[in-house]
Amino acid sequence: MTATGVFGVVVVVLVVVLMVILTMLQRRSSFSFRKIPALPRLRRSVSLVVEDGTRLHVSLGRGSLLTPFGAAAYPGLGLLQKLGEVTSLSDRPPIATSGDAVLNLVAQDTLRTAHEAVAVDQGFDMNNGRLTGLTPFSFAAGVMPTIRDEAISTNVLIGNFGVEVGLLTEAAERQNASVIAASDNLPAQAVLYAVSTDPLIGEELFAAGAYTQAGDMHAASLVAQDVLRWLVIGAIVVGAVLKAIGVL
Amino acid sequence: MKRISPVTNTVIAISAGVIVLLGYFISAPRLGLDGLRLILLEWSALLAGVAVLIGIGNLFSVHVQKLRERKPGYIYSVALLVFMVTTLFVGVLPGFEPLQGVLYNGIMVPAEISLLAVLAVTLIYSAIRMLRWRTDWKAFVFIATALLVLLGTGPWPVIGQLPVLDEIRTKLIAQVLASGGARGILIGVALGTLTTGLRILFGADRPYGGK
Repeated sequence: MTATGVFGVVVVVLVVVLMVILTMLQRRSSFSFRKIPALPRLRRSVSLVVEDGTRLHVSLGRGSLLTPFGAAAYPGLGLLQKLGEVTSLSDRPPIATSGDAVLNLVAQDTLRTAHEAVAVDQGFDMNNGRLTGLTPFSFAAGVMPTIRDEAISTNVLIGNFGVEVGLLTEAAERQNASVIAASDNLPAQAVLYAVSTDPLIGEELFAAGAYTQAGDMHAASLVAQDVLRWLVIGAIVVGAVLKAIGVL
Repeated sequence: MKRISPVTNTVIAISAGVIVLLGYFISAPRLGLDGLRLILLEWSALLAGVAVLIGIGNLFSVHVQKLRERKPGYIYSVALLVFMVTTLFVGVLPGFEPLQGVLYNGIMVPAEISLLAVLAVTLIYSAIRMLRWRTDWKAFVFIATALLVLLGTGPWPVIGQLPVLDEIRTKLIAQVLASGGARGILIGVALGTLTTGLRILFGADRPYGGK
């Protein structure tokens, strides 16, 4: 095994141990987290969707699940499942859009699971999970009519988006629909900062599950991220000091 | 239709995930881990190809439904369906190769570039509008940085490039502030990706069917 391999295994084992311990601690007493304004707003918006008979739209971006960019879609899928269960009871079931074929299949399956969980009488429509385009702008061009024409009042855009996310938030703004948006892509985060009132920046993208009570392990993994971040900060500071004094 | 048991899904997904993860770090030809990892990755690439076909079917189905139910904007669905079928025939039938280039370079590329141009205008408008709802120091830093980068980048009419602003842009903003901030955000995203992946390996998140 190479040195990189050993280091990788050590990091993975460390994170696994950390997550197991933190999950046990979370079961004893819940961790408290700082406020992220977008997430309580999401809960309010979803309640409105059910009350006023409008529709929820979750867009998962275009990161393929076969690449590292797909990781950003998992928090979106988790939210889709949780919010899908709540809003499947409404007159208009939720819609999921994506720009990757594998992600679209998973989104359809998640929607169906949410639909079956609430045992709605009406049949499930597979077309509620939509692949809108395979290139960044064809994806955006396909999502914009969905935001405009499907009586959508809440848009959750969580996944791997590029700068084209600005077109989606603008389309939502024109319909007076609320937007909760996050991307793992840096230029997209800059765009979201300008176009969205409460964007989720950086790792806040991965915090959605912990804030929507998706399970103990979500809260534990969020605390594990914080612990790891401090370890990385420590390593950077030590590295800088060692470099400055000529050891490295 | 009978669905695969969620337990079977979970066992298959976690096993495949663990094998690929271990195969990435540990090279053990005698255990056959490398070979198994490659087979799984090849299968996933094949399945992704099949998923694209299903996705195209889904796109077709969504727009046919929109047309059949005369939903708002169905006229755009007609255009999409016509060009989808045309592109399919042009791509499949022999002798239409030159037309493929025309469809791609003459329609798709200009349409996407025009959307990019619309995005540029949208972003300028949004940045100005942002100051209405966000009046804290961060918003002003954002706008000031954007203006500095814009002024420092452009060759302006008559005066050309502004050397002092260009120096500030490249040496301070791009190489120090933006680079440091970007690395910080990317480390946060990487840690989030790691814990998300491990949650899936634990079976806490199951985006592959069933609760």
